Amino acid sequence: MAEQHTTMLSLRGLTRRFGGLTAVDAIDLDLARGELISIIGPNGAGKTTLFNLVTGLDRPDAGVVHFEGQDITGLSPERLAAEGIARTFQLGRVFGNLSVMDNVLIGAHTRLRAVKPAVPVIGPLLELGLALLRPTSVRAEEERLREEVKAILARFGERLLPRIDQPAYSLSYANRRRVEIARALALKPRLLLLDEPTAGMNPTETAEMQSLVAELKAEGLTILLIEHKLEMVMRLSDRVIVMDEGKKIAEGPGEAVRSDPKVIEAYLGHGLSGTSEQESAA
Amino acid sequence: MSSWLDYTINGLIVGNVYALVAVGLALIFGVSRLINFAQGSIYLVGAYIGWVAVVQLHTPLPLTIIVVAVAAALVGLIIERFGLRPLQNSVRIAPLLATIGISFVLDQLVMLTFSPNPRALPSQLPDVRFQVGGGTIGPLDLLIAGVGLTSALLLFVFLRYSKLGWAVRAASQDRDAAMQMGVDVNRVNQAVFGIAAALGGVSGMLVGMYYNQIDTAMSLQATLKGVVAEVVGGAGNVPGAVIGSLLLGLVESYGVAVFGTSYRNLFAFLLLVVVLVLRPNGLFASARQAPPEPLTGTFIAPSRPVRIPRWALLAAAAIFAVLPFFPVSFYVLQTLINAWLLGMLALSLTLVAGTIGQVSLGHAALLAIGAYTSALLSMTLSVPVGLSIIGGGLMCAALGTALISPSFRLRGHYVSIATLAIGEIVSLVILNWESVTRGPIGISGIPPLSLFGYDLISPTSIYWFSFAVMVVLALLQGRLLTSHLGRSFRAIRDDDIAARAYGLSLNRYKSLAFIFGGFAAGVSGGIAAHLYSYINHETFNTQQSILALTVVILGGLGNVVGAILGSVALVGLPEVFRIAAEYRILIYGIVLLLLVRFRPQGLLGTM
Repeated sequence: MAEQHTTMLSLRGLTRRFGGLTAVDAIDLDLARGELISIIGPNGAGKTTLFNLVTGLDRPDAGVVHFEGQDITGLSPERLAAEGIARTFQLGRVFGNLSVMDNVLIGAHTRLRAVKPAVPVIGPLLELGLALLRPTSVRAEEERLREEVKAILARFGERLLPRIDQPAYSLSYANRRRVEIARALALKPRLLLLDEPTAGMNPTETAEMQSLVAELKAEGLTILLIEHKLEMVMRLSDRVIVMDEGKKIAEGPGEAVRSDPKVIEAYLGHGLSGTSEQESAA
Repeated sequence: MSSWLDYTINGLIVGNVYALVAVGLALIFGVSRLINFAQGSIYLVGAYIGWVAVVQLHTPLPLTIIVVAVAAALVGLIIERFGLRPLQNSVRIAPLLATIGISFVLDQLVMLTFSPNPRALPSQLPDVRFQVGGGTIGPLDLLIAGVGLTSALLLFVFLRYSKLGWAVRAASQDRDAAMQMGVDVNRVNQAVFGIAAALGGVSGMLVGMYYNQIDTAMSLQATLKGVVAEVVGGAGNVPGAVIGSLLLGLVESYGVAVFGTSYRNLFAFLLLVVVLVLRPNGLFASARQAPPEPLTGTFIAPSRPVRIPRWALLAAAAIFAVLPFFPVSFYVLQTLINAWLLGMLALSLTLVAGTIGQVSLGHAALLAIGAYTSALLSMTLSVPVGLSIIGGGLMCAALGTALISPSFRLRGHYVSIATLAIGEIVSLVILNWESVTRGPIGISGIPPLSLFGYDLISPTSIYWFSFAVMVVLALLQGRLLTSHLGRSFRAIRDDDIAARAYGLSLNRYKSLAFIFGGFAAGVSGGIAAHLYSYINHETFNTQQSILALTVVILGGLGNVVGAILGSVALVGLPEVFRIAAEYRILIYGIVLLLLVRFRPQGLLGTM
């Protein structure tokens, strides 16, 4: 029972096939509360597909996902967001025409209460009515969330706050990644999945991102991280999982994994693709 | 049972004709992920070129086929070169809108050149029937089957054995990879559009001969049927398109056999909706596919909306409100009443197409629902007219949303197809449900507008009423956009995958958008019914849907003020310049094309 209590996320035999290709092949994984696990591996190893399976954007062909002791296999992404699972996307999926403020407010959507009464059937109609009438409770909730968003944006120093009303499409690549992370934090996640948060960032920006992730970990957030920058992985991770061709080929503390011959083989055996920015999901 | 064989033969022949259209659509979709809404117009052009060749130039049949194929191919090449190639790096919605605009321009040009009256297109073949088993078959049936098989064979040989054919197949499997390997994608596009147009044109000519009649209404029907067949077979799947076409031909033919001719199209569109809901990738799609790649914020043009100061809006509203006190003519008021009615429809469409990104091509069906509900409530249940209009709005919100809900799982171009089909279904149900809608006779003697027992008959009172209703709807919509729903709608439009990952249910929020937008459209239709005093199943047609779409693009997608400005402009300017009615749709089409090319964000910008 104690084991169940500390394990937040557990995957058993998780498998996803695309035609003849097994993108994720019988993956087992246990993530304890407050732990940070990094998933590394060459391009096409199936890391992003694994994220899609955990967050409900894709359904596994076999295997189960447990979150906080509950079977969440195949639940919709909407449900999982409400359960407190937030993620960022590899290619940066901000809402281009929304301002930075609105992007991050969407992150807080699952926490709206006053404007989304939990009434069956007519709930959506009440939501429409409340959105138009906007009684005090709704306005107060919106105001409170806006203050929270400002506090979240302040974690990125002066990167985002001065641009709070700018549409996201006008932001730099690095700032879009930051908006994504801010949006994920606005959900107040129990589990955070970060898919290459430093992709396309220069060394200074990477260092900033690394210290932000370290802060989040220190605050007790449970994190699953996909990252190519090994130095960052080594510094942040409690454990590292290496994937290749859909399979888990190594697992353990960073240094041990780094010197594992199978890992070296996986990276070098695939030519020089290991450090490229692009990775196809399938 | 001999008639069953006849229906089967008829179904297969008609299916063969659909296949010629659908194969072209599939080729184009394969290479450019675009549903070419102009395909039916090429089919129409082919039919009329065939008429010129046969009736005026007296060409022999083989030459007629060649003339039609070559001329239609030229039209296809022109569309590709001047209509679509400039949009290659544009937002995804642009080519879709461009093909809609091209379709309207071509249809109108044909109509202006040849008049809208149907013409006979003689088949040039001896009129004999051979007994086959229990049924009969004529030389034209054999010709159509022969042309279908020959084109399929030629296409197969081209795709399989020619270098350009390889390039087409490579580009449709992976466009980027093909480009990197040196495939000239422009040439591939040209080839595909040329072939698709030649097939479409010949198909139009054959259908004209088959029914011995051609008219301009053929175009939209052909596009719809081709798209149905293509989607049933799986978008971009060429053999699938052929099978889908034959299946569609048979379903229609048997449907007609059992229920009668007026149900023919109903079966086609129901088949489409069922396939879209159950197997959106077509009947022959392989297992589940990889989740789609992100297409962040590229569906509509990113732009900053033009901020109009509040005092300017108040001033404009005040001027229009006091306008009737000045000596303006009845004609001006009448024009503006039309603009306000269109404005309500545009408000609805700009919310649905702009704010939440569901480009609806069947929006006029919502007008029809509102109009019929209000008319029937006031006439059969004696509901006062003011209330009946609200009833029309509510019915439209409920029924419209329920009807469109199957398309909520779809994205991009598929939404447009589904809404187009649903719009056609509504109109066909109105036509066939005689006990309620009085069928093709329509409803006449609808009572005039009235409010609290006072009839609104004078143009001034109708003007104020419609203006006030539109302003209230616009204010409500403006308030909606600044709420959490506004940002949720726009988030779903920009990236529905990311939106879902943050807990936004697509069904819930698309429903709310359609409920709100459906109400505005239903009210507009309701007012129109009492204004016209007569409505039938053709009062609210696809042309109005396209006009509303042009208004919305002109004003800026999602832009409330833009929708009203666009309505006044598109209703008012043709009046100011005294443009004859038959040229107006041509002009709307050209306006749409120019906007898509040069100002996709519209006058006031996307919200």
